[in-house]
Amino acid sequence: MSASPGPSRAQVLALYKQFIKNANGFNNYNYREYFLRKARTTFRKNRALEDPATISAAWDTALKDLGVLKRQSVISQMYTFDKQVVEPLDPKHHSRG
Amino acid sequence: MLRSFGRSVFSRQRLVGAVARRGYATAKVAFDVPLETHTDLQKANEDLAQARSNSAEVIESGSTALKHAYQENTGFGTRPIYLDMQATTPTDPRVLDTMLKFYTGLYGNPHSNTHSYGWETNKEVETARKHIADVINADVKEIVFTSGATESNNMALKGVSRFYKKTKNHIITTRTEHKCVLEAARAMKNEGYDVTFLNVDEYGLVDLKELEAAIKPTTCLVSVMAVNNEIGVMQPIKEIGAICRKNKVFFHTDAAQAYGKIPLDVNDMNIDLLSISSHKIYGPKGMGALFVRRRPRVRLDPIISGGGQERGLRSGTLAPSLVAGFGEAARLVKQEYETDIDHVKRLSEKLTKGLLAIEHTSLNGSPDHRYPGCVNVSFAYVEGESLLMALRDIALSSGSACTSASLEPSYVLHALGKDDAMAHSSIRFGIGRFTTDEEIDYVIKAITERVEFLRELSPLWEMVKEGIDLNSIEWSGH
Repeated sequence: MSASPGPSRAQVLALYKQFIKNANGFNNYNYREYFLRKARTTFRKNRALEDPATISAAWDTALKDLGVLKRQSVISQMYTFDKQVVEPLDPKHHSRG
Repeated sequence: MLRSFGRSVFSRQRLVGAVARRGYATAKVAFDVPLETHTDLQKANEDLAQARSNSAEVIESGSTALKHAYQENTGFGTRPIYLDMQATTPTDPRVLDTMLKFYTGLYGNPHSNTHSYGWETNKEVETARKHIADVINADVKEIVFTSGATESNNMALKGVSRFYKKTKNHIITTRTEHKCVLEAARAMKNEGYDVTFLNVDEYGLVDLKELEAAIKPTTCLVSVMAVNNEIGVMQPIKEIGAICRKNKVFFHTDAAQAYGKIPLDVNDMNIDLLSISSHKIYGPKGMGALFVRRRPRVRLDPIISGGGQERGLRSGTLAPSLVAGFGEAARLVKQEYETDIDHVKRLSEKLTKGLLAIEHTSLNGSPDHRYPGCVNVSFAYVEGESLLMALRDIALSSGSACTSASLEPSYVLHALGKDDAMAHSSIRFGIGRFTTDEEIDYVIKAITERVEFLRELSPLWEMVKEGIDLNSIEWSGH
């Protein structure tokens, strides 16, 4: 059992925002879409968590995953490739969030 | 004095080099190198198209028409959609993240046990081994690292039969195996072993009764692949394992396409040897493993002799970066199993439904016993290679990557009893973790349009539409 009271609602939301921001940073279309999907499903699934020990474990994993995501999205921006055929060249026309 | 002298020389040089440019500003610009490096794939794409149109004089007349078949989607990127997951999968960024530290600092030899450089890499190697063993419910000591599934398959087939050659000399395998198993079996035939190639039914499945009947007292090994690389058919591994155990024959399965994608349990399924490939599960290329059972013990002659690493079965220094990447890929494949399989299944159903809605198309292989991530469809009256040429915006293959250089029809589809025409008109679609809904929609639309376009060019299609049975025609001139 951890002594910490667990993350607050605002903290979780801020973390989620970080995930979305960094996933959006991927230059590669497939990785970007995957990590956006993964962030959404994981946070939705973990919303139902009740047990404080499980919550703090999920929080720790999420922080570690965010570190990976941050590093990899930067690397993805350093080694870029052409855009995919389903990807609009003008990002302003990219209607989905 | 000295200083002013130096400066005067410097400024004179500058003046010669670049007229009317201020020294410091130039220096600043020169160091402002962009961090990113861009790889242009369009060039490779054009080269491929060029090579294709030059090489085949057969399609000379059709090549201009094919140019029309391919349409560029303006306002969008040019990189093709990747749907060839059976050939290889994209490396997961999380895998790369674990691998990078081995190139920036953790460079110790995992087999050096006299210093901390060796210990730290060895620890990482053993963690990876644990992750890999966990996926198939094996023990850590039963995993032997190799360079890939081809080496694992060769090691299993050649190693086991050579070790038991004094008493046993018979190997059983199937006709739809991957080339490396078939070639290894053929090599053993040249060494004097007796090899039985089992036939498969029209769905690509082996007949268990036929398998049991083929087992002789001299049989030492049965090798049947878990998931076929071309048609995605899943063999009844558990039943085969039970038959082999009952008859005291070693059972090897090539699980390159199955590991982490379908449930595998080496103890429950009585598997004695199992080949794994790292780059089929979003790991690095050039890495694989062979599961070798310890109880009851499976013994094999090593192919590579050397320092005795990996229980003496595969000598040579391990590549800790690749091993760790492979381990992370295995951990992820286990962690993400539910979400991945749901995603792949959903997209596969969508794709299959969309493609089979085109008339005169058929799904190859069993519709029930299959891994959903591999969809092999035949488009009658369309030549598969022409369709691939018209689909430059989608990365697909008409079969295994190993045989895609030759224009031979697939031997796997032949083994299923498909005729040449059907085998030539088949295309394999591979779906994975990183495939999106948007891509599948695009693919269905593109294939539907271009199959229709190519069929319009075909005189055969005209006849079919008029209701002429093509088999009733007596072709002259041949």
